[in-house]
Amino acid sequence: MPRLKPIEPAMAARVLIVEDEESILLSLEFLLGKEGHAVSAARDGAEALRLLEAQPPDLVLLDVMLPLIDGFELCRRIRAMPALAATRIMLVTARGREAEVARGLALGADAYLTKPFSTRELMEKVRGLLAAPRPPSR
Amino acid sequence: MLSGALIVVLSFAYVGLLFAIAYWGDKRADAGRSIIANPYIYTLSLAVYCTSWTFYGSVGRAATSGIGFLPIYLGPTLMAALWWYVLLKMVRISKAHRITSIADFIASRYGKSHLLGGLVTVIAVLGIVPYIALQLKAISASFSTMLQYPNTVATGSAASLPFLQDNTFYIAMLLAAFTILFGTRHLDATERHEGLVAAIAFESIVKLVAFIAVGVFVTWGMFNGFADVFDKASASPELNALLVQGGASGNYTTWASLTVLSMLAIILLPRQFQVAVVENVDERHLNKAIWLFPLYLFAINIFVLPIALGGLMHFPPGTVDADTFVLTLPMSEQRTWLALLAFIGGLSAATGMVIVETIALSTMVCNDLVMPILLRWKFLRLTERRDLSGLLLGIRRAAIVVVLVLGYGYFHLAGEAYALVSIGLISFTAVAQFAPAMIGGLFWKGGTRLGALLGLGAGFLVWLYSLLLPSFAKSGWLPITFLTEGIFGIDLLKPQELFGLDGLDDISHCLFWSMIANIGCYVGFSLWRRPTATEHSQANLFVDVFRHVAPGSGSRFWRGSATVADLQTLLGRFIGPERAGESFAAYARSQGIQGSEQIAANAVLVHYVESQIAGAIGSASARDMVASVVVEEPLALDEVMAIIDEASQALAYSRQLEQKSRELEAATNELRSANQRLQELDRLKDDFISTVTHELRTPLTSIRAFSEILSDNPQLDAEQRARFLGIITRESERLTRLINQVLDLAKIESGAADWHPSEIDMREVLEDAVAAMSQVCKERNIALELRLPEKLPRVMADRDRVMQVVLNLLSNAINFSDKSDSRITVSVTVEAEALCIDVADNGIGISPADQAVIFEKFRQVSDSSSGKPRGSGLGLVISREIVRHLGGRLWVDSTPGLGSTFHFTLPLRREDAAAEAD
Repeated sequence: MPRLKPIEPAMAARVLIVEDEESILLSLEFLLGKEGHAVSAARDGAEALRLLEAQPPDLVLLDVMLPLIDGFELCRRIRAMPALAATRIMLVTARGREAEVARGLALGADAYLTKPFSTRELMEKVRGLLAAPRPPSR
Repeated sequence: MLSGALIVVLSFAYVGLLFAIAYWGDKRADAGRSIIANPYIYTLSLAVYCTSWTFYGSVGRAATSGIGFLPIYLGPTLMAALWWYVLLKMVRISKAHRITSIADFIASRYGKSHLLGGLVTVIAVLGIVPYIALQLKAISASFSTMLQYPNTVATGSAASLPFLQDNTFYIAMLLAAFTILFGTRHLDATERHEGLVAAIAFESIVKLVAFIAVGVFVTWGMFNGFADVFDKASASPELNALLVQGGASGNYTTWASLTVLSMLAIILLPRQFQVAVVENVDERHLNKAIWLFPLYLFAINIFVLPIALGGLMHFPPGTVDADTFVLTLPMSEQRTWLALLAFIGGLSAATGMVIVETIALSTMVCNDLVMPILLRWKFLRLTERRDLSGLLLGIRRAAIVVVLVLGYGYFHLAGEAYALVSIGLISFTAVAQFAPAMIGGLFWKGGTRLGALLGLGAGFLVWLYSLLLPSFAKSGWLPITFLTEGIFGIDLLKPQELFGLDGLDDISHCLFWSMIANIGCYVGFSLWRRPTATEHSQANLFVDVFRHVAPGSGSRFWRGSATVADLQTLLGRFIGPERAGESFAAYARSQGIQGSEQIAANAVLVHYVESQIAGAIGSASARDMVASVVVEEPLALDEVMAIIDEASQALAYSRQLEQKSRELEAATNELRSANQRLQELDRLKDDFISTVTHELRTPLTSIRAFSEILSDNPQLDAEQRARFLGIITRESERLTRLINQVLDLAKIESGAADWHPSEIDMREVLEDAVAAMSQVCKERNIALELRLPEKLPRVMADRDRVMQVVLNLLSNAINFSDKSDSRITVSVTVEAEALCIDVADNGIGISPADQAVIFEKFRQVSDSSSGKPRGSGLGLVISREIVRHLGGRLWVDSTPGLGSTFHFTLPLRREDAAAEAD
């Protein structure tokens, strides 16, 4: 049994990963699971919405290019749900243009990460988002 | 017994009613609420064509020549069909040049010639006076017939009474008063006689109603309907002869000449010109009049034959004048009120004609005969008088009285010589003389003043000699030997058998010779001399009126200098200073200028003033008057030609411009759509790059993430490490494949790809491909089957590329196979000119909307349940490019849920195809 980093219970959070690319999903699950977060995964928007309603997560890692309902649309819908007011959203996408970053943030995302990402940067952003409570809705 | 007083009172009451209507119409016009501004009133006013000649005379003519009365109404009906070409042009020209009479029209057309205007006026007066006399005769005859009520036997004529005891004289004077009152109220070029037109339209209704009432009474009151009248008439041989063409109804020559005469009369009679052209309010009224007017003619003619036949059968032969049947039939049946209605109808037909004709003639006499002469007589110092409008009105009023007195005089002296219809036809033939100058002037630029003058003169002289003088001879004023032996006893000059031409009726005879003389002179002399500058410019303005749409376009042909004050004073002298002021204010408004003081004395103003004056004194005199206050630089013919040339060049240029602008527009549209295509392509390229980037980033993301995970987590167990390393390897392969495919596609699309065509055996290629995929299929439990025909011709193709296509289609089929009994079938059919390879699966299928999409780059069909399908999204694009390059095509048939079949063809070489065909 490998020795894992000690889990900090205060930081343990519920994280939903929405990603249709199997290998990327696997890496994200591994990285967040290692930090002690309770991770659930959705491979498309519809599944994500189902999970969001069932158990509001603290953080959503959201791929933008998803089949049917894309990440921007999902982001907009999450922000329209009062029950998810405290949920932080981080867009994780291969579309790194400024206009798209701005669009994502305007739709209510709290952070933006461009693929391919550095795992350290990812984890720092996740920690930052989870440490600070989400400001009351803009 | 009807008392004469009752009839007189009734007549005066009727004329009084006309006064009331005319007064009301004028008031409405002054208030700006015109009652005549509609096509129905316009059409009814055109029906002034139907005079007492129609009302009484048609029946009279039908009684002697049966259907021979018809050509007089056939002509106008035919002409109405041409109105759109002829009358519209006349209306447009007259409005543009403020033309107020037919004399003015012809004079203006041929260079504003005094002489021509005067000649037309003289012909019109001489030709029309008998016609007016005819109306007076009708009134008189109907009056004396009514006095005999209920006796219907003809009595002595009113014409034999001294005129002071003759009611006709008083009627004539009453009509003169009416005409003066409503026809010459004031002078203004734009003035129309609205009240008068309203009264005329009313008269048209009255005469129509009266005639139909009598017709209905005769047909159904005295007989049992049309069939009964005609049956009874057919029983009598004499009457039957009236009902067939030829025989009594006249031969074809007579029919033709009467039809032509009346075709011309409907546009050339001064009163028709007055109501159809001068009084026209709106060109569009012509549209309705074109069919409504013939309808009116039809309605007023329906009962002519029944009344005529009824009269002939009712009265013993020779006892009653057929011209009075309309009156005498109701009288003999003791229908007092119907007889009175018929009398009023006849009165309305006669008065309507007299009033309008007199106005038209008085305008002509004043503008084209009297004024030019008065203005020329220097000792009258007319040109120095400040206000001539009073004088002008005086002249017109005098002219009205004179015309009516002439008419009365003619009636009194010659009225008994001829039957009503003959007098009418003499007038028709006289005005027909205007036709060459008029119609030629409308459509032929070559007609000149000299041609028109000599043509009119010659035609007129022939008319005078072969028609008017013989009518005098028949009345006993000239020795009858004039008719029987010719002038000076020369046989060839017998007036009604000129140059030995006999066998024609006198009207056809006169029409024939007068038209030969008229047209011959008009055309001949027009061609003989070149037109002068003024003639040329007027010819252009008239013939091309539809091109010179802008008002004041006549000013193009004028150059000179003048002062505004002079011009206003000049105009004031003819229409009164007050109206001149209003007119200048209106001009200023039309030019978009604030006040009269800012008006510039330019060619446009001079032309405007001239046209205003033309309305008062005619175009020829107006030109002289304007010339007296402006310093005019005469334009030489070549200058006029240059202006016209310029105009036609401008026209051609503007056509060219239009053409160019159309071409430019087309080019712009092309550019716009090309630009749209470019933008679309640009967008596609952006999309492509963005998608490629995305597709490249995706495997990169996994590779980087797992590499970092592996390096940050040395404590990972061997199994996980192996798994993560496997992902890295797979994603690296995916990345490589993607890069290769992008490059491959770029190479194929740019044409830089290497092709190694050789003769290949598809059997072998397909067997290899199926073998390569069989392992994967076995793993996924997919049945893979290859079906080949026994004989397969070889094809020329690049083996590796064909293999690439087949493998691509197979892996697609495998990716989309999701069933437990999945099956993939590869088959080949040999067609006439190609091999067709099919790869069929029974997988999820492709919706019709997606079938086009899958051949676009990076467009993958996916659904949420199965996740993202594997593949770069370039496979089908590349395959299609390859097949296209090999000369075949690639397409798909699919039913969602049942599977898809991808087909592609490879062309056979011709000899192979031929061998296959054997």
